Amino acid sequence: MANYSDLEYLRLSKGQRFAYKLGHFFTSIPSAIGRLFANIGRGIGKGVKGIGKSLGDIGSTFRNGDGITKGSFVIMGLGNLARGQILRGILFLLFEIVFIFYMVTTGAYWLSMLPSLGHQGPAQEYNPIYDTYVTTYHDNSFKILLYGVLTIFFIIAFIYTWRVNLRQAKINQEMREKGLRIKSGKDDLRSLVDESFYKTLLALPLTGIIIFTVLPIVFMILVAFTNYDGTHDGYFNSLFSWVGLENFNTMLSWEGGGNVYSATFGEVLTWTLIWAFFATFSNYFLGMFVAMMINKKGIKFKKGWRTILVLTIAIPQFISLLYVSKMFAKNGIVNGFLMDMGWIQTALPFFEKAAWARITVILINIWIGIPYLMLIVTGILMNIPADLYESAKIDGASGWKQFTKITLPYMLFITGPYLVTQFTGNMNNFNVIFLLTGGGPTNPNASGASGSVGYTDLLVTWLFKITTGAESKYYLASVVGILIFVVVALITLIVYNLLPSVKNEEDFQ
Amino acid sequence: MSKKNDYDPSEIQKRMGMKAKNRISNTVIYVVLVIMSIVWLIPFFCIVFQSFRVESTWMAGYVFPQKWGFDNYINLAKTDFWKWYTNTFIIAVVVAALQTVIVLCMSYTLSRFRFKIRKGLMKFMLVLGLFPGMLTMIILYRVLKDLGMTQANAVPGLILVYIASSGMGYYVSKGFFDTVPKTLDEAARIDGATRAQVLWKIILPMAKPIVIYTILTAFMGPWGDFVFARYISMNTSAGMNVAVGLQSWLSLDQINNRYTMFCAGGVVVAIPVTILFLCLQKYYVEGVTGGAVKG
Repeated sequence: MANYSDLEYLRLSKGQRFAYKLGHFFTSIPSAIGRLFANIGRGIGKGVKGIGKSLGDIGSTFRNGDGITKGSFVIMGLGNLARGQILRGILFLLFEIVFIFYMVTTGAYWLSMLPSLGHQGPAQEYNPIYDTYVTTYHDNSFKILLYGVLTIFFIIAFIYTWRVNLRQAKINQEMREKGLRIKSGKDDLRSLVDESFYKTLLALPLTGIIIFTVLPIVFMILVAFTNYDGTHDGYFNSLFSWVGLENFNTMLSWEGGGNVYSATFGEVLTWTLIWAFFATFSNYFLGMFVAMMINKKGIKFKKGWRTILVLTIAIPQFISLLYVSKMFAKNGIVNGFLMDMGWIQTALPFFEKAAWARITVILINIWIGIPYLMLIVTGILMNIPADLYESAKIDGASGWKQFTKITLPYMLFITGPYLVTQFTGNMNNFNVIFLLTGGGPTNPNASGASGSVGYTDLLVTWLFKITTGAESKYYLASVVGILIFVVVALITLIVYNLLPSVKNEEDFQ
Repeated sequence: MSKKNDYDPSEIQKRMGMKAKNRISNTVIYVVLVIMSIVWLIPFFCIVFQSFRVESTWMAGYVFPQKWGFDNYINLAKTDFWKWYTNTFIIAVVVAALQTVIVLCMSYTLSRFRFKIRKGLMKFMLVLGLFPGMLTMIILYRVLKDLGMTQANAVPGLILVYIASSGMGYYVSKGFFDTVPKTLDEAARIDGATRAQVLWKIILPMAKPIVIYTILTAFMGPWGDFVFARYISMNTSAGMNVAVGLQSWLSLDQINNRYTMFCAGGVVVAIPVTILFLCLQKYYVEGVTGGAVKG
């Protein structure tokens, strides 16, 4: 791809300029990906370097440390307690005691079971008291995996705290040697509402995120490498165990024309991307169009028009979606009306045929989505400097030209990141698809794949169906979940790397 | 424009042409807007009309009732509907309160403080957000079941699930705090205020629009949530919210008896939420617009 200088670029015709820009967009994708990997590599390098530095620091702490500092290696908080920081010292010590107690009593057991996920499943055993055979339950794979992961989290937290304890012991020793005052517990508490107020504010939200998002996600990623499903629930019927990459192989293998899973995955992914594309851009441009119509000078009742549209946001979405889905049903109002008017003889198959259903959901999604876009665009339109339009008018630019030269570029620049989140949000738009069609009409080609896949099923609705079906193949659901993440992450990263407006957060402040 | 032009016949003609053109295009716009309004309102009119239908309870293909009455509304009391309603209302109120606190803590911190892991934390949460939320449902369901917070006791379980991860939705309100000048904080700090006092006495009073926006969205979320509520209530009527409950009335075996009651239930759910929303619309619009611009 040739690189033109500014002057050369200006000499090009319109078509050439467009081709040039388009070419650059695509040729910059590899370098964007390259940059991404370079960044990841740099991050890992930084991490390794940090660990190395940390180890060196620990070594020097030990060498230069006095008895108390050296003691902190074993008894956490000693460096604080012996130097008057009672509060910190007690907290460190308490943490150590809890950790050791936990590891000795249960943690070690969970860790030791993690590689096997349990040896003995439920069995019929003779019970001498009842003089009969009863089912006895033994290991619990689910708990082993869950608590195993928790224990690893706990160990990482412990190592980090131990490291902080050493650093403080070292600082305290140095301060003492220089004869400086060491911060008291009172200072610490005061700092929690002042300089380190952020720690106080973040404590609760981050705990919630770690327990209810990070831990489950790590757990579910690990499930993708096991055979956890309805018939291997890990406790009541039989244990589950590690299976390596087998599940990914099932879902992605194209050997010999692939299997029903890989074929279904390909089909569902394709539709998911098509859906996300149309759902995002149809709403975007139509919403912009509607906003501009309402905003046009001389149009009255601006507020009234907006309020009518906003009703679809105000009314809980599930009501409107469920109701509209019934309106378009075979014996619903729409078909009833069209037949009463004599325009059609038989009911239109809005949700019964693949192509019909797909177009119908996209159209209904426009009905749902335009109001949001209208609100957003209205806000942005008011921010476009009016003098841009004034000078365009003086230059004799037509309305269309003003739109393509001022409004659209401005909108695209401002809402670029929003479009990306919309796109990925639509890929995971469970409610609209599930409440409108339930994924149907059923796709006969995919009958062998878990969870009766339909033509309007997105990857997320398929994931949901897999987990709720009779077989409940959780391991496949988790593979699908991971693949959704990969697709969404790739799209996000590539686009974000290409967008100019997201690079500098501080610029806007 | 100079005065002379006003008397220039060609200029007047041109301007009149513009005016006529403008009038035509405005008429076209009015027509489009009226058609759109009709399309947007039809479903809501239909659902109200059908909810007053007495003569049959199934999904008939006509809108206007032959016999009007409140039967469907009265019959709601004979089902679990009000139980679902109470469930949803309790969830919505508790979530609105707690989620607002969490979101504000998170967004204020990320906007105002510069600490070591801040950038990393934001990137990490961005990545976490790319996982489909439903994935975590499988394990959360089983853990909550062990804790006795599913099926009939789904309400506390759902509250926990909704609020626990709500810190990740900090974007919009962070965008708002970013626009509040930092010099305000600095001035107060020079006068001896602690960071906590700055938040309480200076920032929060100014942040009314974003607080209302956060409360409003947090309150409306549970009314529409379907997938988590369905998973955690697991076919137990006593633990459902309105979305799951009303959806179950449209299943193949119930729709013929319950369709008009679904309409009535939908109206009962929609009215308070809609009124609340329309009253606070201004704040919602501000939040949504700001959020999109900030990305």
